[in-house]
Amino acid sequence: MQTFLQQTINGLSLGAIYALIALGYTMVYGVLRLINFAHGDVYMLGAFAGYFLANALQLDANPSILWAIVVTIGAMAICAVIGILIERLAYRPVRHHSRLTSLITAIGVSLLLEYGGQVVFGATPRFFPQMIRSRTFVLGGVQITNQSLLIILLAVAVMFGLHFIVHRTKIGKAMRATSYNLAVAKLMGINTDRVIAFTFALGSALAAAGGVMVALSIPRIDPLMGLMTGLKAFVAAVLGGIGNIPGAMLGGMLIGLMETALSATAYSTYRDAVAFGVLILILLFRPAGILGTSGTDKV
Amino acid sequence: MSVSLTTPVWKRGLLFVAGASILSLGVACERRPATGGDTADTGEIVIGMYGSLTGDGASFGQSSREATELAVDEVNTAGGILGGRKFKLLVEDDQSKPDEAASAVTKLITQDKAVAILGEVASRRSLAAAPIAQRYAVPMITPSSTNERVTEVGDYIFRVCFIDPFQGEVLAKFAVNDLKAKKAAVLKDIQQDYSVGLTDSITRSFAALGGQVLDPVSYSSGDGDFRAVLTQIRSQKPDVVFVTGYYPEAAIIARQARELGMNMPLLGGDGWVGDALQNGREALNNTYISNHYSGDNPDPVVQNFVTTYTARFKREPDAIAALAYDAVKVLADAMTRANSTDGPKVRDALAKTDVAGVTGRLKINAKRNMEKPAVIQEVTFKDGKVKFVYKTTINP
Repeated sequence: MQTFLQQTINGLSLGAIYALIALGYTMVYGVLRLINFAHGDVYMLGAFAGYFLANALQLDANPSILWAIVVTIGAMAICAVIGILIERLAYRPVRHHSRLTSLITAIGVSLLLEYGGQVVFGATPRFFPQMIRSRTFVLGGVQITNQSLLIILLAVAVMFGLHFIVHRTKIGKAMRATSYNLAVAKLMGINTDRVIAFTFALGSALAAAGGVMVALSIPRIDPLMGLMTGLKAFVAAVLGGIGNIPGAMLGGMLIGLMETALSATAYSTYRDAVAFGVLILILLFRPAGILGTSGTDKV
Repeated sequence: MSVSLTTPVWKRGLLFVAGASILSLGVACERRPATGGDTADTGEIVIGMYGSLTGDGASFGQSSREATELAVDEVNTAGGILGGRKFKLLVEDDQSKPDEAASAVTKLITQDKAVAILGEVASRRSLAAAPIAQRYAVPMITPSSTNERVTEVGDYIFRVCFIDPFQGEVLAKFAVNDLKAKKAAVLKDIQQDYSVGLTDSITRSFAALGGQVLDPVSYSSGDGDFRAVLTQIRSQKPDVVFVTGYYPEAAIIARQARELGMNMPLLGGDGWVGDALQNGREALNNTYISNHYSGDNPDPVVQNFVTTYTARFKREPDAIAALAYDAVKVLADAMTRANSTDGPKVRDALAKTDVAGVTGRLKINAKRNMEKPAVIQEVTFKDGKVKFVYKTTINP
């Protein structure tokens, strides 16, 4: 029983990581109908931005929660700018072409960031400074670290925050209008270019926050770290229903729990196969995902 | 299948890839004589080293390169071999990837005309590159690939380290005799031949000594979250846990194990020797590894090597460096005895190697392996630094 509870906690901590990234995927998809494959790589850039900031402040030797927050915000700002640049330079020029063109461009951007990252940062993994010292809480024989707890809380906060922004604010209304019909939204006086840029900035800032938090808990970062995590987060977004914000959370948690459950058995070898097996099954039997609605697409 | 513009994009792509692979196969099959570096009998002797200078195994590659350069320079300043000919060392980075290792060795042999190959550390990458050296009849010495299959690739492949069946036995013996362990768990990296092989031999030896081994649990190189597998191990309450992978993951595994309240001894093989191990911090206390040599050995040969290496590279040599150093000396010795750099002649001389090295007596047996003692070291973390402290030597 204790083991079961512990594995559930492990699964939720892992799932929260996927959920954090899946939220960014889903938001961009919700507005643009674009699967931003570079999202996982922005998450990597966020981790690296945090790494350089934290080292510049020498936080490994002097851990401090206050400075850790500063580093996280700094990484978010850097990645927001990167997100806007990616949109401006790569996606906007092909926005009016077919959906496939954008998709292939996204894959191109993803590869550029991964292998460009290898040139700039080197392929050797780096270890993220311990800005916040790891502490373990024990509750009824179940262990959880403060870092894992932070990731879960952040994922939940981001989910509610995004939901609030999209459904309760003016810019959120503009996002939904853009999502519904870009041309008409423009005719109604919405600056769609700005709305889309904002969407990318927000998504990238969230990815950066995720990158820093995850790097705290799993201290090893390298330029390809966004590849597998990003793909699994994508599966999570599809599983929950891509475009649906609570769905991304649900999908992330389910993938995390599933992987943990499998790692706990003798079949740990097949862990990665399962995430993608789930993707195939969900696309075959319920392409809209668990919480998604298969409404008619207005194009 | 006809290719027209109506063929889906992916099909055309697939055909393109298939076509390109056939072309490259054709190029690869075109053999060239490997004696290029030998044509001028008075010129430099080109030898090639491939290693993981970047990527997951960067610490392995850097240590090997430094020690290889040191040994090559020593041979050259002592007047070279074969009547004053000097070694010219070419180094290729394989980015810690097996396919890159294969192309690095192909390039060293076909383009640079290297007459001997040194490398790799990781068995998986040695296994990827060894068939190429074998095909071109160029002797290859791996300094530290311990998986037994590496030298089984062919008669041109040698090594200067012990093999995993022995390493597993050493670790199992130490766990049973010194740590009084009765129940052991094993964590293996399914992507690494080294880890899979070492896991098998530990399991076999530990059971043979009367211990109980739990079902091995696995992870993949590059993983960062080991809590699920560790929790699974914890529930079965083993006395010791063997972590048979390489240092980047070992550091994180140690940390997460301690976070989960698992304070039993952790044991690992020589794959733990790498600078990033220090990220395990305090979690590394109460861990032990088997290793090829111990830098605190008072033998003057060892101390001389430690002093020159430290003076030149401003850090102490690890076991990977010591083996890379020995590999160069073994090669120079074999070429001297063969009185040639010709592949088959050097191969025959290598097979009769018996010299004294930094890591002990280097005598190659019929399977092109070495029978050498192993040391057990205790890993400690104090004042921000990892130290390997000599515990005991175990003979074959």
